[in-house]
Amino acid sequence: MLETRQPNGQVIIGSVRLVHAAGMHARPAVKLTKLAKQFQAQISIRASATADWINAKSVSKIMALRAARDSVIEIKASGEDAEAAVAALVKLVATDFPEIDQ
Amino acid sequence: MRDDIAEQAYRGRTASSGFAHGPFVRVDPVTNGGRAAGVPGEEQRALRTALLTAGRQIAALAKAAGGEAAQILEFQVSLLDDDDFLEPIYAAILAGTPADAAWSVALDEQISDYNSATDEYLRARSSDLTDLRDRVIRTLRGGGGDTLKIPGGAVICADDLPPSRFLEIDWSAGGGLALLRGSPTSHVAMLARARGIPMVVQLGLVAASANTALLDGEGATLELDPTAEQVGLFERRRELHRENRTSARAILRRPGPSWGGEKIQLLINIQRGEDLDHADAQYADGIGLMRTEFLLAGRTGLPGEEAQFQAYDTVLRWAGERPVTIRTFDAGGDKPVPGFTYDGEPNPFLGVRGLRLCLRRPDVFIVQLRALARAAVRGNLKVMFPMVTTPDELEAGRELLIDAVNGLQAEGIPAALPPLGIMVEVPAAALTIERFKASFFSIGSNDLAQYLTACDRSNGALAKLADPLNPAVLELITRTAEYGKLAGMGVSLCGDMAGDPRCIPALLVCGVRELSVNPSALALAKQTIDGFSRGGNGD
Repeated sequence: MLETRQPNGQVIIGSVRLVHAAGMHARPAVKLTKLAKQFQAQISIRASATADWINAKSVSKIMALRAARDSVIEIKASGEDAEAAVAALVKLVATDFPEIDQ
Repeated sequence: MRDDIAEQAYRGRTASSGFAHGPFVRVDPVTNGGRAAGVPGEEQRALRTALLTAGRQIAALAKAAGGEAAQILEFQVSLLDDDDFLEPIYAAILAGTPADAAWSVALDEQISDYNSATDEYLRARSSDLTDLRDRVIRTLRGGGGDTLKIPGGAVICADDLPPSRFLEIDWSAGGGLALLRGSPTSHVAMLARARGIPMVVQLGLVAASANTALLDGEGATLELDPTAEQVGLFERRRELHRENRTSARAILRRPGPSWGGEKIQLLINIQRGEDLDHADAQYADGIGLMRTEFLLAGRTGLPGEEAQFQAYDTVLRWAGERPVTIRTFDAGGDKPVPGFTYDGEPNPFLGVRGLRLCLRRPDVFIVQLRALARAAVRGNLKVMFPMVTTPDELEAGRELLIDAVNGLQAEGIPAALPPLGIMVEVPAAALTIERFKASFFSIGSNDLAQYLTACDRSNGALAKLADPLNPAVLELITRTAEYGKLAGMGVSLCGDMAGDPRCIPALLVCGVRELSVNPSALALAKQTIDGFSRGGNGD
């Protein structure tokens, strides 16, 4: 479901459907922010095309999205590793937040 | 046995099954005194240090607990590392707010935000935040090292219990958890299930102190300072539960029980669709009572027709061919609903409740009746009215139901008139049962006993006097069963008596052939009937 475009060279946007049964709840939100923090890029996320973008590295903001199952999550990143960040986050959501061994 | 002391029993919702019998320990939130605030720079440093300490403590707990517990605590660790969340708090401190106040205000805001969520799962997250708030406050106020001194095997009672506190308790000797509020979907409930610790939530008000407690995570009950008889019954339930689940299932898999040559129908009572998840529910002959009050408990006002239809349809689909008896809203009495029931009635048990209330609020009632009429074409649905006193109430309700069916059919929506029955719980109705043109009767023995013995069933001091085995109660049950047999109408009994091994033989003797019990009581009820059939003379 990765569909990236680079409207102005630097900004990468991806979108992915949230398949997690319970929606964007505590554990998915924690996994998403932990992964986002591994990248230098500024990463924002929103759960509907009309909503404000919020910081993907903030667990409280992500929980406040109240994103339900089947909502389409958009992920936007800018900076050096933006492309890798969007790809990794889209994959995390698309694969339903698998357990990752540290 | 101490007959002079009233036994106190409470019912809640199961969060984790199992049984605990042990000392009763009440745990209330620790409130330390305030602290002297320094200048903003010092306060910012104080908070930073407290957050680091809290983070270390939580990490240590997570490491010790491992697995699911560690994942649950990660949410708290992530918040401590969330700049978007912490920045406004540091800003408030810079503007002159003491560290503990700034922290509390920010957390309280989040907590109330989660508490107002419509999703029960999100609401349950508020206890994780309360946990974090209190840990940091304790550290800031220098009361950090308070550990809970709890004897092994205790039944711990609290308003709510945060996950980190659960992990600080030594559960190695067993024990149980009884929460006045709480939720089956909370993190602490997941931890309890993982540890095999019985847990009951939403118990409401519970006595502040007691010596011993019986916690039944199957029946969702808490009994304080029990009598020898209560302990005996509890141990029997525990024993049956312990004889591994396979053998309990084996009892259920056997052919249906019979007595005196007649088959006994064993049905279940459910509060909501999730109750059908109980492993034993599948063995029921049907649903003898589906309560619908849960539909009124939402935060978004009274439920719409579609939401209700979906709830009923789900249960009918589960039941297939088996009968499903849905009771219309039984609000009022001990079940107040804001915006629906009457406030400030001096005696709500004798007030505008059940069908009385619905007939006064046709605007609310018609929505439910339409949803039921639509559901009637989807399965073996029966509808019953609660708290019926006179035949004209039944007829008034029936007219509304017929209106609903006609209205729907005129709109081209499939609908049917389901068989309509009444609860037999008001003595005046029980004594004149032949005057009611109902299709079936369901004896509500809890209220029938309460009204016949003039004992408020929520008053522990009267528990002994409110005995449902009072001959007057049995007399009315017998009359109702006899009338049903004569008129060819089904008579079931759906009160606590139906699942109580002490009462089941008496009910069979009274002529009751359909018992409706909580899913967790099915195995014990069947075992009791089987035992009575073998031992009793059968007539």
